[in-house]
Amino acid sequence: MSEALSAALALLVGLDSRLVEIVLLSLRVSLSAVAIAALLGLPLGAAIAVSRFPGRQAVIVVLNALMGLPPVVVGLLVYLLLSRAGPLGALGILFTPSAMVFAQSILILPIVAALSRQAIEDAWREYEEQLRSLGAGRMSAALTLLWDTRFSLLTTILAGFGRAAAEVGAVMIVGGNIDGVTRVMTTTIALETSKGDLPLALGLGMILIAIVIAVNAAAHLTRELAQRRYG
Amino acid sequence: MSNGPILPLRLADVSFAAGGRTIIDRISLEIETGPSTIILGANGAGKSVLMRLMHGLLKPSSDRIDWYAPERPGAPRKQAMVFQRPVMLRRSAYANVAYALKIAGIPEPQRGALVRDSLESVGLSHLARRSARVLSGGEQQRLALARAWALHPEVLFLDEPTASLDPSATREIESVIKAFDAAGTKVVMATHNLGQARRLGDEILFINQGRLVERAPVEQFFSKPQSAQAAAFIKGELPWT
Repeated sequence: MSEALSAALALLVGLDSRLVEIVLLSLRVSLSAVAIAALLGLPLGAAIAVSRFPGRQAVIVVLNALMGLPPVVVGLLVYLLLSRAGPLGALGILFTPSAMVFAQSILILPIVAALSRQAIEDAWREYEEQLRSLGAGRMSAALTLLWDTRFSLLTTILAGFGRAAAEVGAVMIVGGNIDGVTRVMTTTIALETSKGDLPLALGLGMILIAIVIAVNAAAHLTRELAQRRYG
Repeated sequence: MSNGPILPLRLADVSFAAGGRTIIDRISLEIETGPSTIILGANGAGKSVLMRLMHGLLKPSSDRIDWYAPERPGAPRKQAMVFQRPVMLRRSAYANVAYALKIAGIPEPQRGALVRDSLESVGLSHLARRSARVLSGGEQQRLALARAWALHPEVLFLDEPTASLDPSATREIESVIKAFDAAGTKVVMATHNLGQARRLGDEILFINQGRLVERAPVEQFFSKPQSAQAAAFIKGELPWT
């Protein structure tokens, strides 16, 4: 165990090229997924927050439930969509990083949408009378709220990123864990552990945890600073 | 801001109920241009709800509220409201006023001067760049008044604007309200504070349990209240605060 640990540290300190490549691909995939999920999820959350329509409660319940989507199930569904016989098979992106981005976007879209819906609806409760009094329509109210809750929304986005970076099931299925092409941190850890190559698995594990902690620290600091600066 | 004045405002037998409870009970009245109107009553009498009905934030459960010239949806509003607790956006004091102008459709090049002018008029020019939500309660309320001022509303509704402020902040707010009045804006203010009603009001609408009990010029209301409830309220609220 201690041997494995020191070997892992040696990989980290030496910036082993294989390891760097894997980490960079992980970041590229998860950051792309989070960007797509934010682009779609934030407006969706804002729209649900300020609108009133029949079945709204049901939509919210489903959205909240989807936050707990099992990654392997998402992986399976995206696999079926992208496989050669599937509806999107013509794209030919199965077993590429694009497929992994696709799957992770679907996985975290409900997280971004549901958490932003909550944050924006809380703000809406506070702002509604004032904004309506000024004559703001729902559309401009939604945009105002998106901007005014920007620090809460940043936390929401980072929560999505944490989930994407840490999941293994979806990327494993649609990426295929191909060495040098679709191998990311989590799939490598799973593979190397089963092969018995603990140093690489351990090293990646440490990086993954460090990234998650760094992301959360950044979110926390941003909120603290924003709270002090903007109230 | 096109077309003519929106006043007078006419309420005909307006009622409002929520959760099976009648909050406003068949109120009929007319609000005209000119004298500032104080809606006076105890907590829970229905002052805030009445004001929200007039301002259009609530829809009456029955009967009608008519402005002489109704505002067109989407057009800049000719009425503004200042709430008991000001709601400020997470941006600078300046940007909060500019936001109201933007919503009202004022083109960007014209906003700067209007914002500076209205911050000046409430004495907040030196805090223009400060973040609005970290200002003190009194400063935030003055900023809310500046936000209303920037639009030069024909009617300004105020819902107990000084209820959570200390005496010196209250004085500052009252002097801004007087300036609105002097500039020709129709002031309609809810309060339970008799001293404030006297200082700022020309006429009193006395509300009790959702009903309009009495309407009279200020002096007459305080010296010779016509109804037993008003007399009791005046007596009970002493000393003048």
